[in-house]
Amino acid sequence: MIPQIQSADYIRLLPELILIVFGTIVMLAEPMVDPKSNRKSLGLIALVGAVLSIVASVYQAGYMGDAFSGAIHVDKFSIFFHVLIGLITAVVILASFEYLEVQQIKYGEYYGLILLAAVGQMLMSSAVELVLIFIALEISSIATYILAGFRRRVAISIESSVKYFLLGSFATGFFLYGIALMFGATGSTDVYHIAASLSQGASTLAYAGVALMFVGLAFKVASAPFHVWTPDVYEGAPAPVVALMSTGPKAAAFAVLLRVLFATAAPGWFWLIWVSAILSMSIGNIGALVQTSVKRMLAYSSIAHAGYLLMAFAAAQDIGISAAIFYTAAYAAMNVGAFALVAHLANVGEKYVTLDDYAGLGRRAPAQAAILTVFMLSLIGIPVTGGFLAKFYVFQAAMQSHLTGLVVIGVINSAIASYYYLRVIVVMYMRDPVREVPVLRMSPGLLVAVSACVVATIYLGVLPNKVLGLAIESAKALVR
Amino acid sequence: MNTHVIDSFILSLVVFVPLGGALLLMILPRRERDIRIFTLTVAVLTFILSLHMPIHFDYAQHDFQFQVNAPWIQTPNIHYHMGVDGVSMWLVVLTTFLLPLCVLVSWHSVHERVKEFHILLLMLSSAIIGVFVSLDLFLFYFFWEASLIPMALLIGVFGHDRRVYAAVKFFLYTMIASVFMLAAMLWLYAHVGSFDYTDIQRAIATKAVDISGAGKWLFLGFFIAFAVKVPLFPFHTWLPDAHVEAPTAGSVLLAGVLLKMGTYGLLRFNIGLFPDEAHRNAPWIVVLAIIGIIYGALVAMVQPNMKKLVAYSSVSHLGFVVLGIFSFTTIGLVGGTFVMLAHGVSTGALFTLCGMIYERRHTYEITEYGGLATVMPVYATFFLVITLASIGLPLLNGFVGEFMVLSGAFLANPVWGIVSATGVIWSACYMLWMYKRVFYGEITNDANRKLRDLNNRERIILWPFAAAAVIMGVAPLLWTRAIDPAVQTILAQVMGR
Repeated sequence: MIPQIQSADYIRLLPELILIVFGTIVMLAEPMVDPKSNRKSLGLIALVGAVLSIVASVYQAGYMGDAFSGAIHVDKFSIFFHVLIGLITAVVILASFEYLEVQQIKYGEYYGLILLAAVGQMLMSSAVELVLIFIALEISSIATYILAGFRRRVAISIESSVKYFLLGSFATGFFLYGIALMFGATGSTDVYHIAASLSQGASTLAYAGVALMFVGLAFKVASAPFHVWTPDVYEGAPAPVVALMSTGPKAAAFAVLLRVLFATAAPGWFWLIWVSAILSMSIGNIGALVQTSVKRMLAYSSIAHAGYLLMAFAAAQDIGISAAIFYTAAYAAMNVGAFALVAHLANVGEKYVTLDDYAGLGRRAPAQAAILTVFMLSLIGIPVTGGFLAKFYVFQAAMQSHLTGLVVIGVINSAIASYYYLRVIVVMYMRDPVREVPVLRMSPGLLVAVSACVVATIYLGVLPNKVLGLAIESAKALVR
Repeated sequence: MNTHVIDSFILSLVVFVPLGGALLLMILPRRERDIRIFTLTVAVLTFILSLHMPIHFDYAQHDFQFQVNAPWIQTPNIHYHMGVDGVSMWLVVLTTFLLPLCVLVSWHSVHERVKEFHILLLMLSSAIIGVFVSLDLFLFYFFWEASLIPMALLIGVFGHDRRVYAAVKFFLYTMIASVFMLAAMLWLYAHVGSFDYTDIQRAIATKAVDISGAGKWLFLGFFIAFAVKVPLFPFHTWLPDAHVEAPTAGSVLLAGVLLKMGTYGLLRFNIGLFPDEAHRNAPWIVVLAIIGIIYGALVAMVQPNMKKLVAYSSVSHLGFVVLGIFSFTTIGLVGGTFVMLAHGVSTGALFTLCGMIYERRHTYEITEYGGLATVMPVYATFFLVITLASIGLPLLNGFVGEFMVLSGAFLANPVWGIVSATGVIWSACYMLWMYKRVFYGEITNDANRKLRDLNNRERIILWPFAAAAVIMGVAPLLWTRAIDPAVQTILAQVMGR
């Protein structure tokens, strides 16, 4: 059968196409700009691309359905994640203007790679064919491997990149192997064919396939016991890239995980998720307690948050999925914001990233300290912030599914976690400076970026109805 | 029936006027005097608004009043549901009464980061009032947690030497304890399908939801959160640290109303929702309360530090509240509630008084003082009135509540009554002994010879405190009239099992 490609198919791929075009433009334009300039113009082009891709994603709402012989499926679920990833990309680009200038990084490819990473992430959320999912995963991963090493003169950045690359390739190998086994078990790589096949009973092969795919994805979302790379990679990579890495690919990988587990009604996932959720929460939070570098602390915190998110997976489908989707959005808002500020405060050569460097920040830069406080409170899960409601939904979903044990472990974990986030606030407001730490004024781009994150964080915490409604509709679209 | 136009949104106003003030403060320029005057205006306005409630309160009605109920979040089903009964109404008024005084108290003692201080103060009071008026469990938890951060920051940023330690300890204690309450609330929602207080109460009372297995854990989940807040022995260790290190206004709000969030929670949730479990667990809780009464008093007696002494006296007084609540007698519950209010006024005043002398001499050590009555006669008089109120002299506010609590305890179990009655004696010992050492005798420390007496601002602060202490002692009926029906409603549930 010759596949029929219609024009609507291209609309269903439009956001990705826009990003590819703009990414390529940035790459091609890079040799033409003045080598000494700061590449802000390229960043602006990239920003336009990201914004256009968001517009295109919203436009897709009128064109839901299959494309390219059923390899891509546009539904409310994919649109939600497209918009989310588009927003993350735009904010990260905005936050990068100042960072690249301060760090004297004069490579325009940076912006191109961010767009290409977004292509992979967006495709991950709309692909319903395992091989395409794999390709999308690789597109996203390879771009982020390079981005992680962008502080080329710094050894730990290179280490970060190489570590991420080696372990990441290994993990995607697992994922690919899982796909192969799944194909062997069901005779298809299409998510919906697999679902139909699995509904008639699952073989041992299918169980193994699910487990292996889980390993690959668990690596991408940094959930225990596949989290070991996270602190080192986050510490070395440029801070805005970490803002991207810890939210964009993570959201996309969670989207894939939701599709692979729930749309296919995969067998035997419950205990995998259950164990991984508990391990991630506990290891993440306990690890974060003893960190002195804010970047490393946030790395461990992101492991813990992956654990909370997995808790929603363990809950019953209808409410669990929407809770997980809402959580990715809230987490993206607060974490991108937090890393954007960490990037700003780190200053030249990312010299100032330890807790001691934050001492007395409340006095030296009241506005920046206040904004960082909002993000920390949201990460703790204090009311009025999105982090609170997100956590609340997850716990509520788990409780609704009678996972009382998991909820109790979860709430104890979030109590432990409050300590290390609070420590940042304590240090900023209640300690005197340990040494002279210069604090720059925020540039307009960064100001827009963090303001957007603050507004989003508070909006999700006070008026969550809209986003939550979207999350619920997305969840419905996912499970047919 | 009075149907005042403002009735339906008075609670929202009282909760959000301080918050609105805080948000406005954020954009106001950093002119200290203007900030103080603005905050004071907001605080007084809030107090006046809150007086609408006792004035238009319908004493014949047993249900929650001034209710407002609107859907907030669709899934999960969360409502913006507020309402007050006699107990919570007076706690709200107590909060709004203390707020303007807190602003005045800080007029000179806080001179750094003035703007932040007042923003936090207003935010804190919004959260506290929100806790008292919420009738939706989610809303309650929302405000409960929201009150944590401003208080921790008030202690940690504006406190004394060991402020950071105290702030972190305060935060962690309450945070860790309250997550168990969250788990219990989620369990209830999962089984009842609503966060609404009255829905859950009805579901449990009519046995529409079977909590026979989980009841014990639910009760404990709520209990631990409230017991730490009260604080009940042995969860009290955060309190002396927090109090001693907090700035005066922080101590006043902390002792005055924040602790009452705990006892209020015990009354509203532990007894209101789980009457069976409350009955079953009452014996050991009462034992903890009595230990608290006596232990708090004994430890207070040996404190060399005035502020710490008052802090430990709070442990003792709050023990009375818990004793009254768990005596399951009308008089005990009314008394317990009255002690909450009386303690709010008298301990608030005591911390204010301690703050005033600290502003002059920068120490709380009792041995540094002596003979102050001769140099500061007005101060000494106010201090005496409040001391007597705190001890429980008849015709002052402390007496009424403690007497009722002890009567209730006697009715429930004479042994409880006898043992806890000794607490009254202890409180006379430590308070009067402190008074003697600070105010009587010769002036031994030269630094005290030239202390100036209270100025007008300080007198303006203390008059409301003293007046309230006297009026509450002479005419307690003004308060118990509203408290009584509320308590009857709660007790009817416990007894009519």
